[in-house]
Amino acid sequence: MSEAAPPVKTIKTPMRLEFQYTAGVATSRFLRGIAQGKILGQRCPSCGKVYVPPRGSCPRCAVATEQEVECSDKGTVVTFAIVRVPSESLDVPLPFACVHVLLDGADVPFFSVVQECPLEQVRIGMRVQAVWVPKEELAPTLQSIKWFRPIDEPDVPFEKLQEHL
Amino acid sequence: MTQPSETLGVLSAPHVLEYPYRRSVGPVLSRFFTGLRERRIVGVRTRAGRVLCPPAEADSETGAAVSDEFVEVGPGGVIESWTWVARPRPKQPLARPFAYALIRLDGADTAMLHAVDAGDPARLRTGARVRPRWRAETVGAIDDIECFELEDAR
Repeated sequence: MSEAAPPVKTIKTPMRLEFQYTAGVATSRFLRGIAQGKILGQRCPSCGKVYVPPRGSCPRCAVATEQEVECSDKGTVVTFAIVRVPSESLDVPLPFACVHVLLDGADVPFFSVVQECPLEQVRIGMRVQAVWVPKEELAPTLQSIKWFRPIDEPDVPFEKLQEHL
Repeated sequence: MTQPSETLGVLSAPHVLEYPYRRSVGPVLSRFFTGLRERRIVGVRTRAGRVLCPPAEADSETGAAVSDEFVEVGPGGVIESWTWVARPRPKQPLARPFAYALIRLDGADTAMLHAVDAGDPARLRTGARVRPRWRAETVGAIDDIECFELEDAR
C-alpha cells in the first residue's frame, strides 16, 4: 500500500434483504391486468370505495372485496415530492417528482412518478395519464407503467380531492 | 367493469430490499480502517489507560473522550466467546461453516467481533489463540481480514 494513500474516511455498510414476495389473489389479478394494459381495482361491498391496487379486503369495513372494477389510466395528482437524491433502483433521471395519483374511478391514490413536465409545474390537482411500456413489453409488474405525464385537462379543485389523500 | 372468468393463480417473485449505504467513520475509526489497509490492527488508549480495539471515540465505562494515543495490537489474540454458524448465508464472511467470535487481541482490553475459520466446532474453545488471515488485496474495510484462524491449526 502506498505511503501517499489518503486516510480511510468512509466504509460501505450495505444491507440486503432477500424475500420471495407472494402477491396474493387480489394483487395477482391486478398484476395480470397490468400485463394487459389495464388497471384493475376492487370495490368494497359495504362502503363502495374502490381500492387500487386491490388487497382483497377493505381496511375500513373489514370485509372481503370481490367486485372487480377497471380504473382509467388517467388521474389527478393528490400529493407529490421532488426527489433529488439518486437511487440505484429507480432508473429515472434526477430530479423527478414522486406522485400520488388518484385514478379516475378509484378512491385511494396510486404511487408513481411524473415525467415530461417541468418540476415547477407539478401541482396538486394536475391531470395526468399513465405512460405504458410498448405493448410487446407489457408484463405483470408495475414497471409496465413507466411514469405519468401531464394531459391538457383543467385542474381538479382541492375540495374534490381532500377525501382521497 | 369486469369479472374474472376464471380462478387465477397467485403470482410470486423474488423481492430484494437493499440499502447501499456508505457511512463516514469519524477520526478514530478512520485510524482503525486505515491501519487495516496496511495490515495493522490499531486500538486507542482511554484516559484511564485501557486499550479499546476496535477503537471508539469515548470510553464506555466513564463516558470520557479517549486519548489521542493509538496503539498497534495483535495481530494474534484470544477467543473470549464464540457461536457456531452451521449454515452460512450469502454475504456472511465465509461460505463454509464458521464461528463468529469475540476476539481480544494481544495488547487490547476489549474484544472485537470477527469470523473464525475453524472447520469443526469441536476445535473451538474459549481461550484458544487465533491470528488473522489477511486478504491479498486490502482496501480499508473490516473484511481486509478475511477471517481469523486457530494458531495451532497446523
